[in-house]
Amino acid sequence: MRRREFLIVPVASLGGTLLYTLAGEPFRLQSQTLGKDGTVKVPLRFFTAQEARVVAAACERIFPNDDAGPGATEAGVVIFIDRQLAGPYGRDKYRYTKGPWVQSVPEHGYQAKESPQEIYRRGIQDLGDFASLPVDEQDKKLKAIERTRFFQLLRTHTIEGMFCDPMHGGNVGLIGWQLVGHPGPRMSYRDEIDKHFGQSWRPKPASLEQITGRPGKPWEDEG
Amino acid sequence: MTNLKPVDVAIIGGGWTGLLMAKELTAKTSQSVAVFERGVARKTEDYAATMDELDYNIRLRMMQNIAEETITHRHSLKDSAVPVRQYGSFLPGTGVGGAGEHWGGASFRFLPDLFTLRTHLIEKHGAAKLPADLAVQDWGVTYDELEPLYWKSEQLMGISGKAGNLRGTKIDGGNVFEGPRQQEYPTPPLKRSYASGMFEEAVHKLGYHPYPTPAANLSEAYKNPDGITRPGCAYCGHCQRYGCMIGAKAQPTNTLMPLLAKRTNFQLRTGSWVRRIVHKDGRAIGIQFTGANGEEFFQPAATVVLASFTLNNTRLLALSKIGTLYDPVARKGTLGRNLTHQVGVSTRVFFEKPLNAFMGAGELGARISDFDGDIGFTGAEEGLLRLGMIALSSSGDSPIGSFGSMPRGASKSNWGSEWKKTSLKWKDHSAGIGMSGEHLSYRQNYMDLDPTYTDKFGDPLLRFTLDWTDHEFKQREFAVQIQAKIAREMGARFDEGPPARAPYNVINYQSTHIQGGAMMGSSPDNSVVNRYLQHWNVPNLFVIGASAFPQNAAQNPTLTAMALTLFASEAMISRYFKHPEQLI
Repeated sequence: MRRREFLIVPVASLGGTLLYTLAGEPFRLQSQTLGKDGTVKVPLRFFTAQEARVVAAACERIFPNDDAGPGATEAGVVIFIDRQLAGPYGRDKYRYTKGPWVQSVPEHGYQAKESPQEIYRRGIQDLGDFASLPVDEQDKKLKAIERTRFFQLLRTHTIEGMFCDPMHGGNVGLIGWQLVGHPGPRMSYRDEIDKHFGQSWRPKPASLEQITGRPGKPWEDEG
Repeated sequence: MTNLKPVDVAIIGGGWTGLLMAKELTAKTSQSVAVFERGVARKTEDYAATMDELDYNIRLRMMQNIAEETITHRHSLKDSAVPVRQYGSFLPGTGVGGAGEHWGGASFRFLPDLFTLRTHLIEKHGAAKLPADLAVQDWGVTYDELEPLYWKSEQLMGISGKAGNLRGTKIDGGNVFEGPRQQEYPTPPLKRSYASGMFEEAVHKLGYHPYPTPAANLSEAYKNPDGITRPGCAYCGHCQRYGCMIGAKAQPTNTLMPLLAKRTNFQLRTGSWVRRIVHKDGRAIGIQFTGANGEEFFQPAATVVLASFTLNNTRLLALSKIGTLYDPVARKGTLGRNLTHQVGVSTRVFFEKPLNAFMGAGELGARISDFDGDIGFTGAEEGLLRLGMIALSSSGDSPIGSFGSMPRGASKSNWGSEWKKTSLKWKDHSAGIGMSGEHLSYRQNYMDLDPTYTDKFGDPLLRFTLDWTDHEFKQREFAVQIQAKIAREMGARFDEGPPARAPYNVINYQSTHIQGGAMMGSSPDNSVVNRYLQHWNVPNLFVIGASAFPQNAAQNPTLTAMALTLFASEAMISRYFKHPEQLI
């Protein structure tokens, strides 16, 4: 059994006061989940606290908080990635993993044995003291690994964590959907599809749980 | 191995074709029918909870578990194949309804000349002008024979659309290039989106003939001839890779299962992984399958219908040692021949104004058939024999998948602040003009069993030997010119330039239209099954689905696979069960 690791997140940095599934089930931030200093302890499933800090810092450079709006930190992207890696996806439960493992032409896609868990663990290690570097140093480091499988996963997962349904741990407070004007999985646009032509129509975002009235069953929670 | 009580008909696969066959046989005969499906049961009420892009559109939660079985691929005989380790170019379904649960709903008829393509091309160009490796063949069945069965399939699903050729009369607003239809579509076309309306207007100005994509997404509430009522589409944008949460998109679970569930001569066995068709002295005697908990069963059956996906139809015949595997060097054998996929190319277009593209339906869109088949271009002197349809579809943009769509070169990096701002600027301002083209069959593109890689049971995987030829590159190059012309007329910015002449890749999604392997034809020398989809060597075995197509059409295969299933079922009901021998 691994030691329980937590990510300490300042609440002010997260999207809103309504946090989704951060402790395994949806809850409203209560005073007891808050630290005295306005922080919340999020239990980690895969990363160590140190690893989570490195990944959070890297995701923030990929999708930064800037004058165009919030970024990976506010959306809780690192929490999303932690859960993905701990789940069946991270363990390659749904990938064909029988040998022999051979390198092939690029048209055959990723053919190596390393799972997402293994790729992250090694990739994070190679980033060393990343979290404590100034941002221009961080960008240089990421630029240098741009073509690696690790960076490609990190970039893809950052976008996923920004805009996924909040039951997966990212898009906290629907901050990503607000940023791009996505309404979430609404049940009907029957009366809207042929209206608003040429004009931006942005209904208020709602999560799957808000729409169906039931908690979702994210795949990463499967054993 | 547990021996089960015999059934009259064992059907392998619980998707569109298997369940449609079961529906016909249980309604019109007293045969006891059992359907064996690997996956789980599914129903409409489950689907609202699956409207989640990450798990369903990206992680592909409804698809076959690729860890248990995949295919291997190589480009040519010289190469060694490697497994497709994660899904990309196509997505096999599983569970009750199969890929018919998470399809988009495009429901076309094929062009009449496709069914006699070899004859047609020889008449038009002369045999000498055709590529030496071309393997296209006549089907042994004609459009006119299938027309009433196309209509039955359209009624079953309530296809929305607009006829363009009603008994020979051309009708503006429909597809004037289609084969003659006896009836108008069961339901009117879906609504237009902003983007599809702009496309329609532009192609009309260019002198082309736009028509709405015929779709299994109902445009209004509809009661089919079986008494099944389904509601009109809600344009929620969750069709492809999702099941429909209201049953507006025709799926086997909402059109066939409600009827079958009431029939006493029908049973459905989920979690049943069929491993072999057992045969003796030229007749099938039943099937061997592994249950969900690993137990082995033998199911005796008087007739076996193999109705799984194209991949498994071929593979199961090969594993069961039924028929002779194709040898591309000696050009002998028929099993595995004529593997085809779909030829596609898309031009990304960018608009000034937002599209509200999160709204949509699987096959909401407009298209033209002015370059379909060999309409609208001169032909063999440029080496271009057949092309396809050009369309703009509004199937519903999802927030992860559509993020970062921007004109080529608009951002120096693909991460960081500049990229984020540019992505946000172009968010909801882009659409694709796509081409869906015929993929001709060639002697060198085929399926057999892989010598190295195995499935979870240790059985050999299916191996694809498949690559694009010069013809497919020419199809794409021609299509992007037309797409550019349309984009210009739409006043849209677009990424110009010819597509790369790149080898086939298993990474980028192209379509789940895989055809061939157990093709139909006029004789046992050139095909695996006869025109009734009855196996030439094993008269009590029928192999149904797109595996029977000798080449692919530009059009999506489902409606034709269904029409062929009905054609086979009619022959079985009227003749075969009375005398279960070769129908030809």
